[in-house]
Amino acid sequence: MTNTLTAELARDVPFTIGGHTFQSRLFVGTGKYRSHDEMVRAIDASGAEVVTVAVRRVPLDRSRDDGILHYLDPKRYFLLANTAGCYSAEDAIRYARLAREAGFNDFVKLEVIGDQETLLPDVAGLLEATRVLVRDGFKVLAYTNEDLVTALRLQEAGAAAVMPLASPIGSGLGLLNPFSVRTIKSRLTVPVVVDAGVGTASDACLTMEQGVDGILMNTALAAARDPVAMAHAMRLAVEAGRAAFLAGRMPRREVAVPSSPIEGMLD
Amino acid sequence: MIEVVVNGERRTVPVDATLLDLLDVLRLDPRVVVVEHNRQIVRRTELERARLAPGDAIELVHFVGGG
Repeated sequence: MTNTLTAELARDVPFTIGGHTFQSRLFVGTGKYRSHDEMVRAIDASGAEVVTVAVRRVPLDRSRDDGILHYLDPKRYFLLANTAGCYSAEDAIRYARLAREAGFNDFVKLEVIGDQETLLPDVAGLLEATRVLVRDGFKVLAYTNEDLVTALRLQEAGAAAVMPLASPIGSGLGLLNPFSVRTIKSRLTVPVVVDAGVGTASDACLTMEQGVDGILMNTALAAARDPVAMAHAMRLAVEAGRAAFLAGRMPRREVAVPSSPIEGMLD
Repeated sequence: MIEVVVNGERRTVPVDATLLDLLDVLRLDPRVVVVEHNRQIVRRTELERARLAPGDAIELVHFVGGG
């Protein structure tokens, strides 16, 4: 009985981006962990299927081999390459093409950064790179700010998903503008996956409660005191936030309404 | 010998060396490295046919941890 009920409550629409259905709505990054072992255990605890990776030069002295494929099985995880660190459409396109050549998939988490201090996106470069990469057959997941019009333009440009930030990359400030993220989700037909800024479980839960399709996080796990325990918390938070969204929250009222009957009180 | 630039570093390789030879010298597995030769991506199957010329720029990249 309980199992049937749980299965019923867990029923959700499939989460599909660019024709690929994903089992978990939590995407995680692979950067900044204290050790590869800790990263592997945290990703396992998160239940994530999609993990992001970056494209960088191979060290020519073989003393330090930092290749991620030594630690993550590409048969188990969906490797989503990013273009982190790119400050122009041209660079981002170059990195995306190199990533695709690795031969795993034609998805890219497209970042075109416009400002070193805030790591906020350069939306003109982002739109340009999105158009070129879509024409080139890529499934583009575009990291953007919380601006609705940019999100709409990215969708028009053919982005497979739009990824508005909760707050700046690595800041852990949480969801600064729930209204904007909710608006983006309500206006777009492509999936909306919030990327960056989530700091702890309540941030993830609140973000999912806005109705977005998923969340991508990295520093919130890697920089936690215990990344494995935080990954577990985030898994639950994403599931709880999604379930609460599907359940439909009660309306907010600015007056109290008693929960117990007002009749039947003693004289 | 000729001089080429690999990941920003000058390296000397034998005349007529191919990209596959270069990977071999560097002890890199072609299956986990993506090669760019003078800004053009070179498919794995083409590595043994691509010959290096003096001054060529080669980038060898792979996946590392990132967000």
